[in-house]
Amino acid sequence: MASVGSRSGVSYDARGLVEPHAEMPDNIEVDGGRARFDATDLTIRQINMALRKLIYNDGIVDVTVLNPSSKHSLAVGILKRCRIHFEGSPGWFACGLIDGPEVTINGRVGWSLGENMMSGVVVVERGAGSLTGAAIRGGDLIVKGDVGARTGIDQKGGTIIVMGDVGINTGFMMQRGRQIICGNAGQNLGDSMYDGEIYVAGKVSSLGVDCVGGEWTDADTELIERKFRIHGLGDPPPFEKFVCGKQLHNYDALEPSERKLVI
Amino acid sequence: MCGIAGVIHRDGTADIGAELTAMLQAMKHRGPDSTGYAVYGPADDLVVIRFVLAEPNRSTGFGMEERLARNRLEVEARLAKIGAEVATVTSDTGYAFRATVRYSGELKPLADYLEDVPGCEVLSLGSSLEIIKDMGDADTVSDQYGLGSFRGTHGVGHVRMATESEVDLASAHPYWAYPFADVAVVHNGQLTNYHQWRRRLEQAGHRFQSECDSEIIAVYLAEKMSGGLSLETSMKDSLDDLDGVFTYVCVTGNELGIAKDEMAAKPLVLFESDELVAVATEEVSIRTLVKREVETRDPYEREVLVWQV
Repeated sequence: MASVGSRSGVSYDARGLVEPHAEMPDNIEVDGGRARFDATDLTIRQINMALRKLIYNDGIVDVTVLNPSSKHSLAVGILKRCRIHFEGSPGWFACGLIDGPEVTINGRVGWSLGENMMSGVVVVERGAGSLTGAAIRGGDLIVKGDVGARTGIDQKGGTIIVMGDVGINTGFMMQRGRQIICGNAGQNLGDSMYDGEIYVAGKVSSLGVDCVGGEWTDADTELIERKFRIHGLGDPPPFEKFVCGKQLHNYDALEPSERKLVI
Repeated sequence: MCGIAGVIHRDGTADIGAELTAMLQAMKHRGPDSTGYAVYGPADDLVVIRFVLAEPNRSTGFGMEERLARNRLEVEARLAKIGAEVATVTSDTGYAFRATVRYSGELKPLADYLEDVPGCEVLSLGSSLEIIKDMGDADTVSDQYGLGSFRGTHGVGHVRMATESEVDLASAHPYWAYPFADVAVVHNGQLTNYHQWRRRLEQAGHRFQSECDSEIIAVYLAEKMSGGLSLETSMKDSLDDLDGVFTYVCVTGNELGIAKDEMAAKPLVLFESDELVAVATEEVSIRTLVKREVETRDPYEREVLVWQV
C-alpha cells in the first residue's frame, strides 16, 4: 500500500496507519554487548524497532538512547532482562508494560510512566507527569523529582518511590503494592484504596475516602531501608503510614459461593 | 482530547506564527479536525478585525462567490456607516477576512452590526489580537493564512478533536471574549455547568458564537476583568465558579495565564525562562521550540499562573 509523507517526516498509509514502512535506523553503534544511538531525527516507531532488534535479535544487553526528545511510547512492552538508558527526556507512556528491563532516565518523563509495568526497575533522575506507575503489577519505579496527579492509580503490586511531591488522588483505588513518598502529597491520598501501603514523609493535604493512618511495624522499617539501600537513595526520612480502612468496599459481605463454604 | 499551546516572549517580538505552528503540529495526534491561533502582533492605533462570511465547507457552490463579494461590500459599507474608517481589507481564502480600521467607538455595537450581515461572524476584535482558525492541521492552516511570517509577542493555539459539537469553524478554538477587545481563550476539557453560566452571561447581554463550553470561559473572564479584576484574580475565581475538568490558557493584550481545575485531570507542561514561557498539553510540543533538555513541570491542581510581556 502506498504511503504518504508529511512535513514531520512521519508517513501514513491510505488507512491512516502511521509509518507502514519505517526503516531501521542506520546510526546504531554496537560495541560487544552494548549499543547506542541518537534518537533526535528518528520517529517513535524507528526508536522502538531499534530497541527490539538490538535486545531480542542481536543479543545486546545494554542500550543507550540519546536525545529521546520527549517522544511518546518509547521502550514499551520489552519483556526481557536488559539495561536501557535514556540520555534525555522521553514523553508519555514510557516503559509501559515492561517485564524485566532495568531502565534509567536522566531527564524528565511525561504522563503514564511505567503503566502496567510487570517487573524490572525504572529510575528517573528528574520529575514525571501524572498517572506515574498507573496499574503497575511489580518492579520498582523511582522518580527523584516531583510527579503529577493520580500516581499509582489502580496499582496492583510493586513499589513506587517518589523523592519529591505528588499531586491529587495519589493511590486512587490502589489494590496492592507500596508507595513511598518523600515529599508532600496532594488532596485525597489513597482515595477508595482496596489494599496496599502508602508512606508519606511530608505533609498530606487530605486523606481520601476510606484511607486511614496505619500501624507502623518492623516490616515497614525493613522494607523502606532495604529499598533505599538497593537504589542508593541515602537515609530515608521518617514516614507516616496510610492504609485502607476496609469500610468502603463491602469487605465483610461474602459472595454466594464463599457463603456456602463458610456455612 | 484536543491539544493547547501558548508562548509568550518577555524580551520582544518573535516568529510566533511559525513557533505555534510547530508546537501545534507536534500535537496533531490530539486533534486533526481544526486548528486555531490567537496571536498578538504589535499594537498600533488601528483596530484589527478578523471575520468570516461563510463556514469553509459551505463557502463554495452555485452563486456563492457573488454572495461572498456582495456581503463583503456590505461589511465595508457598515463599517463606514458606523464611523470606522477602513484602512485595509484582505482575504487569504475568499471566506475569511482581515480588516484594519480607525475606530474609537464601542466595540459591541460594531461587532453586532457586522454580524447582522448574512453569514458574518466576527472572530476577533482588538488593537493587536488576531484569531485565525480553519479546518485541518496546523501546517495546513498556517500555509493557508501565511502564519509563517507572523511576528508578535505572544499567542495561543489549539488543535481540536471534535467530540461534542460539529467539525466547523464555529466550534473551533480559540474563542474571542466578545465583546471585549484583545481577550481570547483556548481550553482542553469539559464544563459541566455550561448552561447555567451561559444563561447568566446571556442575561447580562452577551451573545455566543457557538455551542462550545470553552467560549464561556473567555466571556466569563473578560466580564470579570471589565469589572476591574486582574486576569489572575479572574482566573482564580473561575476555579470556584466553573465546574468540570479543564485546563485553559487565557491571553490578553499583554498577558498569558494558565489555570488547572481542582482534579488536575487535563495535562499541561510548563517551561519558563527569563526570555520565554511556553506551555503545552504535551512536552513534545515544547521541544519543537526549545530543542534541548530543559526543566519543565506539570502545574498542580488549582494552580493559576500569569506572565506579562
